[in-house]
Amino acid sequence: MIYRSGHSVLVQGITGKQGSFWTQNMQACGTNVVGGVNPKRAGERILGVPIYGSAVDAAWDGAIDISVIFIPPLQARAAVIDAIDARIRTIVVLTEHIPTRDIVDIHARARASQSRIIGPNTAGIVTPGEGFVGIMPGGNAEVFQPGSVGVISRSGSLGTLICLDLSRAGLGQSAFIGIGGDPLIGTTTRDALIALDRDPRTRAVALIGEIGGSMEEDAADYARGMTKPVVAFIAGRAAPPDKKMGHAGAIVSGGRGGYDSKRAALEAAGVRVTDTPNELARALAGLLAPSGVA
Amino acid sequence: MNFEEHVGKALLLAPAGIAIPRGVVCTTPDAAADAARGIGPVVVKAQVPAGKRGKSGGIAIAVTPEQAASAARKILGSSIAGYVVERVLVEARAEIDREVYAAVVTDVESRSPLVLFSAEGGVEIEELAAAKPDTIRRAVVDVTRGFRSADSVDLLRGQGLGAAEAAIAEVLAKLYQLYRDHDAELVEINPLALLRDGRVVALDCKFVLDDAAALRQPALVAAAAPLKLTALEGRGAEHGLKFIQLDGNVGILANGAGLTMTTMDVIAQFGGRPANFLEIGGDAYTKAEVALDLVLSNPGVKSLVVNFCGAFARTDVMAAGVIRAWEVLRPSVPAFFSIHGTGADEAVKLVRERLGVEPYDLMEDAVLAAIEAAR
Repeated sequence: MIYRSGHSVLVQGITGKQGSFWTQNMQACGTNVVGGVNPKRAGERILGVPIYGSAVDAAWDGAIDISVIFIPPLQARAAVIDAIDARIRTIVVLTEHIPTRDIVDIHARARASQSRIIGPNTAGIVTPGEGFVGIMPGGNAEVFQPGSVGVISRSGSLGTLICLDLSRAGLGQSAFIGIGGDPLIGTTTRDALIALDRDPRTRAVALIGEIGGSMEEDAADYARGMTKPVVAFIAGRAAPPDKKMGHAGAIVSGGRGGYDSKRAALEAAGVRVTDTPNELARALAGLLAPSGVA
Repeated sequence: MNFEEHVGKALLLAPAGIAIPRGVVCTTPDAAADAARGIGPVVVKAQVPAGKRGKSGGIAIAVTPEQAASAARKILGSSIAGYVVERVLVEARAEIDREVYAAVVTDVESRSPLVLFSAEGGVEIEELAAAKPDTIRRAVVDVTRGFRSADSVDLLRGQGLGAAEAAIAEVLAKLYQLYRDHDAELVEINPLALLRDGRVVALDCKFVLDDAAALRQPALVAAAAPLKLTALEGRGAEHGLKFIQLDGNVGILANGAGLTMTTMDVIAQFGGRPANFLEIGGDAYTKAEVALDLVLSNPGVKSLVVNFCGAFARTDVMAAGVIRAWEVLRPSVPAFFSIHGTGADEAVKLVRERLGVEPYDLMEDAVLAAIEAAR
């Protein structure tokens, strides 16, 4: 789930307004886009790459490491299953508001395959200096700088703010992993934390959580055994209960998914939890400065 | 999206082949009396999309038509969980031997449907889960296989259900299928009654439709209970904006759910009171004009934080929208900006030149200034 230079990327929905706009951004950032999918325009070319009728067709033409889904909600299920059938190992699902039944189907199919789903409703993944996949300002040098902090975020906008803060504090990022704001996501906070823990270029982790579900608690369970420092911010402390705060996953209901439980679990595991997002970069800078690991 | 009991029963349970009592939806006491005359002993039930209707006086037993009319008179027009009761369901009173619980929900952990059963029906599942968690049995469903009546064996074994076991297994299989076919977030029968004559009948139905599936469930959407929204929230919904009105005095305009929630948090953290949640994430970022109008129409607002951090959303487009609205509305409250990410250079310049306001470099500082101004 960490983008590396040279990873080949397929864009499903490349001819759409957002698909083509973000493909250009990804290319400008160095991402190795090798093709796109639109069944109605198979055989044509766009932005210097071929358009295929399906992900399966594209995979016949050459290995694809990552597919990114720019497909509207009601058609997304078919597109993701096409990518799974094409045996693509990493599928980044940007689409928001995919019906839950379709998401359940997607995860069931992915479980029976070698494919990993990132998202749905993710802003994507970024490796500063190498490239990005998704809808992040990956090429904005004010936001992203190469470095050694791994960042995990459910939210694109808040993740961007934290990366900007980190960069300003002189802390570049080894990888940004946007896991998505939906309740049923394929790659969890814990999965991302494990990947960053194993990544030799990552020396510390910024974990940006959100109320709802129990992913932060599960991640805390893993963080307990880590030697790399982890600093966290959890959004939604002031959110009223039983209201969906934009992200379908961010809802506190019947006392579950609340802020206090997440913060307590992370702190018990030795994770520093900050009260504001701006404080996160300051805390991490403080932790990393003495040993000079950044 | 929520539904009243009678809608769930008539539109979902009955077509799926799950038995329901004979009943009539009535809007007047006279109609309730007529219905009871045709049915016999009845239960008169308030139709609102909320639980605990019995405890709120929304359910009454009536043996005679006169009693049905009197119960309907009491219940119609009363207020339950914030809803004014406009309809009652007058339903045949069942000869109940035993009440059990059945539901299908989406399980976040397994990312799969979960069939739930408890031999102790009739109480709220949250209360049951707290008091007697061991009585709730669960089966995670592999959607590639589905859930047939034979899959209920483990759920139902050893519960002393006797001859009713097979019939309950049938109900669970049908309930799972309707959950899938109708894009349910939750479908619950509580209680599912085992009658003295051996039949298994659904005495209630709670159904929640997945909002994201609304486009492919038009018949259900047409029958859904209206949302409880304030006038401003309703105006937001018309424009496709998720606006939640709160009782504070610092208005918020931000992009993306995560950043918007965080702006609320930081306001609260520094002792302020947020006045709203309003996300202009995704494609809604082009709707900054409508959004600003909504935020400023909230009567409690004394100051405004505009917090943009562009990832997908372009801050220059959002800022231009805010400025256009600002020049039309000419609001008297002060605004405090923090703008970063995609398009930020242009956005900062626009705000500086057109509004004569200098955006803050740190979000925290913009929030602190807004709280101070709202005092």
